[in-house]
Amino acid sequence: MTEPMTRHAAEALEEDLERSLHTEHQLLNMGPSHPATHGTVKFLIELDGETIVNIDVQVGYLHRGFEKECESGTWYQAIPYTDRLNYNSAILANIGFCMGVEKLLSLETPERCQWLRVLSGELARVGDHLTRCGAACLELAAMTPFLYGIEARELVWDLQEMLCGARVTSNYVRIGGVKHEMPADFPGICREYLARVRVLLRDFDDVITRNRIFVDRLKETGVISKEDCLRYAVTGPILRSAGVPFDLRKDEPYLTYDRIDFDVPIGETGDNYDRYLVCVEEMNQSLRIVEQCLEHLEKLGPGPVNVFDPRVRWPAKDRVFNRMEELIQQFKLVTDGPRVPAGEAYHAIESANGELGFYLVSDGSAIPVKVRCRPPSFINLAPMGAMLRGSMLADLIPTFDFMNMIGGECDR
Amino acid sequence: MNDWGSHPLRRLLEGCPGAVQQTHAQHGDATAVVASDRIVEVLTFLRDDPDCEFEMLTDLTAVDRLGETPRFEVVYHLCSLSRRQRVRIKARVAEADPVIDSAVPIYASANWMEREVFDLYGIRFEGHPDLRRILLYDEFEGHPLRKDYAKERRQPLIGPRN
Repeated sequence: MTEPMTRHAAEALEEDLERSLHTEHQLLNMGPSHPATHGTVKFLIELDGETIVNIDVQVGYLHRGFEKECESGTWYQAIPYTDRLNYNSAILANIGFCMGVEKLLSLETPERCQWLRVLSGELARVGDHLTRCGAACLELAAMTPFLYGIEARELVWDLQEMLCGARVTSNYVRIGGVKHEMPADFPGICREYLARVRVLLRDFDDVITRNRIFVDRLKETGVISKEDCLRYAVTGPILRSAGVPFDLRKDEPYLTYDRIDFDVPIGETGDNYDRYLVCVEEMNQSLRIVEQCLEHLEKLGPGPVNVFDPRVRWPAKDRVFNRMEELIQQFKLVTDGPRVPAGEAYHAIESANGELGFYLVSDGSAIPVKVRCRPPSFINLAPMGAMLRGSMLADLIPTFDFMNMIGGECDR
Repeated sequence: MNDWGSHPLRRLLEGCPGAVQQTHAQHGDATAVVASDRIVEVLTFLRDDPDCEFEMLTDLTAVDRLGETPRFEVVYHLCSLSRRQRVRIKARVAEADPVIDSAVPIYASANWMEREVFDLYGIRFEGHPDLRRILLYDEFEGHPLRKDYAKERRQPLIGPRN
């Protein structure tokens, strides 16, 4: 017969059992191509059970030498590369880069061009947020809202295709203008599509915003404080969800944003749920902006969409074909590229992910010295390790989703 | 040098005497070139001074001015949300020993951006907690954004190691 266990020994045994649940830490490799993430990134996670002790976010898998390529071609040849930064909102990157070059050239674009840029940029923003929210639902095992989101995005991309001939890689914006005027039937079709996008957004909202599982997985996960956002230079919806009403469209208005009526939604706690709500409201605001752009464009009537500046824009085709000077000018512009005065400029726009800046340096030649893209995805991703330390492994998925890391832009 | 009126750069000129070598406001971007050995002092001042309050290091990058001495320029873009102001700080770094003090203790956002500059330009940041390549793999040779790194140069991609 065994001796009855003393109280002390029983406690020791219990403690032992408790301890044995916390065995040694485990290293988990997640990615670079993981089914529950969209974006090519690797997480090296140190786990204690299911709790994240430490996480090393490793980026760079999509590095293609964006800056090196831009610095070895002409200023114009960089525009298609900017398309490939963020496949969801290529036009916003086009706009950012071209406005940076225009700043170096001290160019003022025609009003009609500015409205078209705002319009196309806001459509791109809607597409971007739809992908972010839709894919987040998908990765949290909610398939239906993803399909609503993708259907709406397809409508938005159809509109983009009408504007510039491509759904994804727009290459729409030019230095000193845009590729061409919108088609005559665009406003009507756009309004019709926007109405359908609104219906889809409402369906999306109905099915997921108050869904218990969705809310539970998003609330109080991936929290980042206002102070940490500033320390890490986090911008965009993540910063706004933490309660900072910083939006470059309002705070440093560019193009025609100072003449547009729209609101900047902010969150309170800086968790994933706030980020989701901010993105949804930003889509509604973007639709409002698009409608105002259409009104203004119709009121404005026909006009040039390109600046008249022989340094950067080529002449009209009938003149190229019939006159010697214009033929030479076009030839020089296409083969040599426009010369940009020596200097440096930083121009930032509010992209769907945050501050998308371009720091451009020119030595006066046709080849840029420096084309630095300040990538919001890259900079917003940096605090992710700090945000997730101590939380559950499953929280990584929604947090990463709402970071909306886009590999092309993050790794360049 | 301009007279900066009530601009934060005026405060910087007074608060860190001798640190600023040159200023300009090309295209409306206020810029100061500072001595590279005083970069931490300058950034700390700009963050903490009640008339500056640059809470955010928005961007950090470098420019290779091949042929000039010192060769490299490290470029900091600061932003103040409370004052809605921006400033650009530049510091020159020599080719022979491309090193500058890290800004990580002042701005956490410098961590990844300094790693990127180290990766692509080979500029070292003294005091960085974790200075290793970020976009390229560890075995990569050279620093591709340097102007003397030929664009055509190819390096074999490494496979997985076991």
